[in-house]
Amino acid sequence: MESLQAFWDMGGYGHFVWPAYGVVAVVLIGLFVESRRSLKSAEAELAALAPSKAEDTDDET
Amino acid sequence: MKRKHKRLTFVAIALLLLGAAAALVLSAFEDSIVFFYSPTELAEKNVVDGRHVRIGGLVKEGSIKKGEGAVTLFEVTDLSNTIAVSFTGLLPDLFREGQGVVAEGKLKDGVFMASDVLAKHDENYMPPEVADALKKSGQWNTGGNPPAKEESAK
Amino acid sequence: MFHRFANPARFLRFAAVIQPWIAGLTVLLFAVGLYLGLLASPADYQQGETVRMMYVHVPSAWMALFCYTGMAISCGVALIWKHPLADLAAKATAPVGASFTFLALVTGSLWGKPMWGAWWVWDARLTSMLVLFFLYLGYMALNNAFDDPGRGSKASSILALVGFVNVPIIKFSVDWWNTLHQPASVVKMGGPAIHASILSPLLVMGVAFTTYYLWVLLIRIRREVTANKVRALQMRQASRGEQ
Repeated sequence: MESLQAFWDMGGYGHFVWPAYGVVAVVLIGLFVESRRSLKSAEAELAALAPSKAEDTDDET
Repeated sequence: MKRKHKRLTFVAIALLLLGAAAALVLSAFEDSIVFFYSPTELAEKNVVDGRHVRIGGLVKEGSIKKGEGAVTLFEVTDLSNTIAVSFTGLLPDLFREGQGVVAEGKLKDGVFMASDVLAKHDENYMPPEVADALKKSGQWNTGGNPPAKEESAK
Repeated sequence: MFHRFANPARFLRFAAVIQPWIAGLTVLLFAVGLYLGLLASPADYQQGETVRMMYVHVPSAWMALFCYTGMAISCGVALIWKHPLADLAAKATAPVGASFTFLALVTGSLWGKPMWGAWWVWDARLTSMLVLFFLYLGYMALNNAFDDPGRGSKASSILALVGFVNVPIIKFSVDWWNTLHQPASVVKMGGPAIHASILSPLLVMGVAFTTYYLWVLLIRIRREVTANKVRALQMRQASRGEQ
């Protein structure tokens, strides 16, 4: 448990190191989710307009 | 085909001109782009007392003294010139002898009265054991580089 | 090669094949990079544990410049050769590059406070990086400012090309002027000034950020291609409805 405490503390700089990693995680995951969601909604729109034409775009992400 | 070539030439020439213009502007404004002067540059420029400037260099070994209260006295050197600095306040964690430093303030009777002190570190990264081993074997040659741009050129 | 993938339909098929591989690689590289960076690497002799911020700060800054360079090249290709895919690639890159620039600025600030003693200073490196962020925002705003997407992409492409002068300024600012930011550690003459134990997590994270960019880029280009199809279909239906 002690080593976990030391890891969290980061030599007294934990309150700088962890926010830095946190903001990177939030932005990168957020950007990915937003990109994927907007692809899915565009694909859904296309499928609604032309059901036959949507086939070639609904592959795996 | 013809129009593509025309566009290509146009874009290439425009970018060249733009680059040249940027280079001219940057060299014209060099004085306001530099973040600090080295002690030598400060002496050359004859900066008058009371003008707000930043100076940068290394904290001279053995020069740090505690004054009254929260006052710290130290000397900043670029290995050819040295300037005495007086600062009241909390110093950054990396502030130590032999390390790079940038001080903001004004000259008063030959002493630089700093209102702000920032630590400047070099581009070397290594574990402490490696640094100790290098120092022991006498191969230490990275710590003595003042951060002024003349000396940091490779 | 260039011309083959310039066709959006062919690109979509190609993207569908490689995207799962890039996704897997990204997750794997991030796992290895985080393990090396947070657990298996030593503290720095001067900066202690704060050096771990380098493993996210420096790749963000690299990618900020890499994305802008890629975006400017795409814009040049789109302007000169009118490749439809180049325009889409530039448009898809801009938000990713802006995010990386934002991260480089924020993580740099979090690193600067404990080490330098300031969240922010107006030295040449930091200021030119902030300018890069505004260039990305300007590109995106200009791209969306016109009703006609063709005109929007032309105007914003010109802005992106003009702004490219800032890229060498960012890279060499630390050599040309006195700055608080230290000179380059990795890409410099005479080899890296970083010990292997600190360099390896940095490089792994650098590659992880690159594959992440490619992954998101594929998704965003697919979105742009799909959105274009939707727009074309809507226009066709609208004109049919008028008759």
